[in-house]
Amino acid sequence: MFFQEVTPDTSGYMIAGFVISFVVMGLYVASMYLRSRNLRQDMTLLEEMDQEAQSVAPQKNIAAPAAARPPKTVTKKPAKN
Amino acid sequence: MESKPLTLKVLDIVAILVLVVATYMALNAPTERVMGEVQKVFYFHIGTAWTALLGFILAAVFSVVYLATKDLKWDRLQVASIEVSLVFFLITIVLGSIWARPAWNTWWTWDPRLTTAAVTELIYVAYFMLRQGIDDPDRRARFGAVYALVGGLSAPITFFAIRLFRTIHPVVIGGSNAEAEGGFSMTADMRTAFFFALFAFTIIFIDLFWNRIRLGNLQEKVEQLKLKVTM
Repeated sequence: MFFQEVTPDTSGYMIAGFVISFVVMGLYVASMYLRSRNLRQDMTLLEEMDQEAQSVAPQKNIAAPAAARPPKTVTKKPAKN
Repeated sequence: MESKPLTLKVLDIVAILVLVVATYMALNAPTERVMGEVQKVFYFHIGTAWTALLGFILAAVFSVVYLATKDLKWDRLQVASIEVSLVFFLITIVLGSIWARPAWNTWWTWDPRLTTAAVTELIYVAYFMLRQGIDDPDRRARFGAVYALVGGLSAPITFFAIRLFRTIHPVVIGGSNAEAEGGFSMTADMRTAFFFALFAFTIIFIDLFWNRIRLGNLQEKVEQLKLKVTM
């Protein structure tokens, strides 16, 4: 193309280049937004679970009598021959 | 997660504005006589390449600091830097390929610059694959730091490839290349558009980098909370 006298029409390539640049950057920004939103949702859920666990834990300690605790497992020693 | 700082909100807006202005300046820059309109992608090509290579080198620096301090904060900075650079470098390669089609009559050729650029991109794609395969955060950070440190060498190699080897890739800034095809001299208006594109992509990089760091911090908090809840 460098031996021709008339400037070639390469505007299609230029438009494609700019469009792809914007699309890639746009997709990246969208991916960051989506990841951030999902993480915030996870965080809210985990915080709720953590609060529930904290509110249940002290009640368990007070209310659960010895009988309610899981029985100790007794393991029999193997008989010596 | 704490709300976005005002500085970052302002930077978000500034990043969008400079991108719009850089596009406007690139589109209104003088048309190169031999290549025509496609030469205008050069401004974005160099802008993204400059920031991406800088980001890879920054990541190598963060790796050194992480290995010295063992503070996971530096690991998050490293990941953020590499991720944004990877996206920018993808744009660089795609724009280069689009320019090459009318200029070289091919989308791709295994020229030293194109090859080193492709290798650099693949090195950092593999970096994320490596990290995905390691569960332990400390081990993941240590392996990632060593990998990013060694991988960082690919950035200067890519930059100097057109200055050290015989290549058809033009050297537009700071030198010339006898074998180059598609080289050109910039006019004053072209230089203005070029330097503004460099400035614009630096601002966009800083903005995305900062946003990505915040995302990394949020990921860290969620992981810690998960551990707390499951224990």
